[in-house]
Amino acid sequence: MEKNTKKVIIDIKDLKKSFGNQKVLDGITLQLHEEENLVVLGKSGSGKSVLIKCIVNLLEHDEGSIVVGDYELTDINEEDLVEVRKKIGFLFQGAALYDSMTVRENLTFALSRLNKSFSKKEINNKIVEALDNVGLPDSIDKMPSELSGGMKKRIGLARTLVVNPKIILYDEPTTGLDPITSYEISHLINDTKAKFNNASIIITHDINCVKTVADRIVMIKEGTVYKEGNLEEFIKDEDPYIQSFFK
Amino acid sequence: MSKKHHQANKLSLNLSSFIPTLKEKGILFFMDVANVVAYLKIVFRNLFAKRFEFQEFLKQCYQIGNKSVGLISITGIIIGLVLTIQSRPPLVDFGAVAMLPGMVAISIIREMGPVITALICAGKIGSSMGAELGSMRVSEQIDAMEVSNTNPINFLIIPRVLAATVMIPVLTLYADAIGIFGSWLGINIKDSISIKLFLNQAFTQVDFMDIVPAVIKSFFFGAVIGLVGCYKGYNAGRGTESVGIAANSAVVTASLLLIIVDLIAVQVTDLL
Ligand SMILES: Nc1ncnc2c1ncn2[C@@H]1O[C@H](COP(=O)(O)OP(=O)(O)OP(=O)(O)O)[C@@H](O)[C@H]1O
Ligand SMILES: [Mg+2]
Repeated sequence: MEKNTKKVIIDIKDLKKSFGNQKVLDGITLQLHEEENLVVLGKSGSGKSVLIKCIVNLLEHDEGSIVVGDYELTDINEEDLVEVRKKIGFLFQGAALYDSMTVRENLTFALSRLNKSFSKKEINNKIVEALDNVGLPDSIDKMPSELSGGMKKRIGLARTLVVNPKIILYDEPTTGLDPITSYEISHLINDTKAKFNNASIIITHDINCVKTVADRIVMIKEGTVYKEGNLEEFIKDEDPYIQSFFK
Repeated sequence: MSKKHHQANKLSLNLSSFIPTLKEKGILFFMDVANVVAYLKIVFRNLFAKRFEFQEFLKQCYQIGNKSVGLISITGIIIGLVLTIQSRPPLVDFGAVAMLPGMVAISIIREMGPVITALICAGKIGSSMGAELGSMRVSEQIDAMEVSNTNPINFLIIPRVLAATVMIPVLTLYADAIGIFGSWLGINIKDSISIKLFLNQAFTQVDFMDIVPAVIKSFFFGAVIGLVGCYKGYNAGRGTESVGIAANSAVVTASLLLIIVDLIAVQVTDLL
């Protein structure tokens, strides 16, 4: 695999995380470069969601180090953590839309918390554009309870993308979507990157999505990095465990 | 004899399995205490340090009032009625029926109003805070807030705690008024007395020092309801069943604490 010459913006070294006696992450080392789509593969329950939650410090890691931009997350203070989180957009596996707010308010909330001053019109334009991108312009005044699971997921994606973050962490962006929408979302991830040059970590089991978005792939097994490489290297690999993902 | 022996044996068996669980429970209890202390510390630190979410505060005030005003009206009237009807016969025996309005008013203002309001709100408001924050925790909405630069303590907990602290006294005064009105209705079942005369009789006996401690007490009641409801919801576990557990234990804990606070308040007022 050729060396990526771009700057490293997330640098994870020997990351360990346990819940009680259960070791979930047992020494993960990986890097994310600028303008790169990194796909993380792994069985259900292998700790993928835990990994990206550690990156935004929603979960505190036990050992190892995580560096995001210029900040080391171990014992980070509150102000620095705010700076880290401003750079990062996070799509939750379950979308995590705010139940008590409409779709519009959900997106407005994300925008208004950036501490930048947008005019009402700017906010409105951004929201309409973000909803257009995920193909749901009509649901702007709906409540989350009125949306289907897949629609929630897409609104969650719109809420993540509307603030235009430098780094995006996608937790299964296409799971539960039909093939057509999955295809569109995969391309949306690429288009976003082409337009704004952001870097992303994409957790997914959807091989079509992997094929569309992956610049590089990391596979996690038993809490460590099992294999790292580009798509070709993974497809060519004869290891049955790896092959079972690419069937 | 053999039966006795058997029983003793059973007892010792139970004890030996009881002591480790007791130890475990003890550890869990102290962990809980530590968590509560940490929680209170964070809440108080955020109370003064950070930007205040005024919109959320108003929204919560409205919701607390809106949710509980109906229930408090009905309960207030009935409490007033019942107190009056029950107190009347002994007072008639002593020929002191003119004391009835004052007596009922005092017991409503000093005790029934604040406590009944607080207990109703613990059931209505405490549980809904527990359930709401609990479901936000379970569905990762609180996490989502945190990653979009919103301190959930600041945005969710402080407005709720403050709203409860402000609104419970207001609702208490309202319950007092309704209860006293209910008392007037109660008197009018047997007697006929104008509301003006009734209020006159009632408030010659009510002292300023009856009202002030009761209002102060109800501020604490409000704070307890808000703090407990939010604590239980905010610290809910991971599965959906945690939402129910959070709501339920919010009500139970808040009600118990309210009674304890009431006891302390009575002792303190007694000293004054
Ligand atoms: N907050 C937590 N407390 C306790 N255990 C947790 C917590 N979060 C995750 N776990 C445990 O960590 C393990 C990994 O969970 P994680 O959600 O990261 O899996 P995943 O790789 O994302 O799986 P999936 O593909 O199904 O989403 C699971 O066994 C889970 O039970
Ligand atoms: Mg996951």
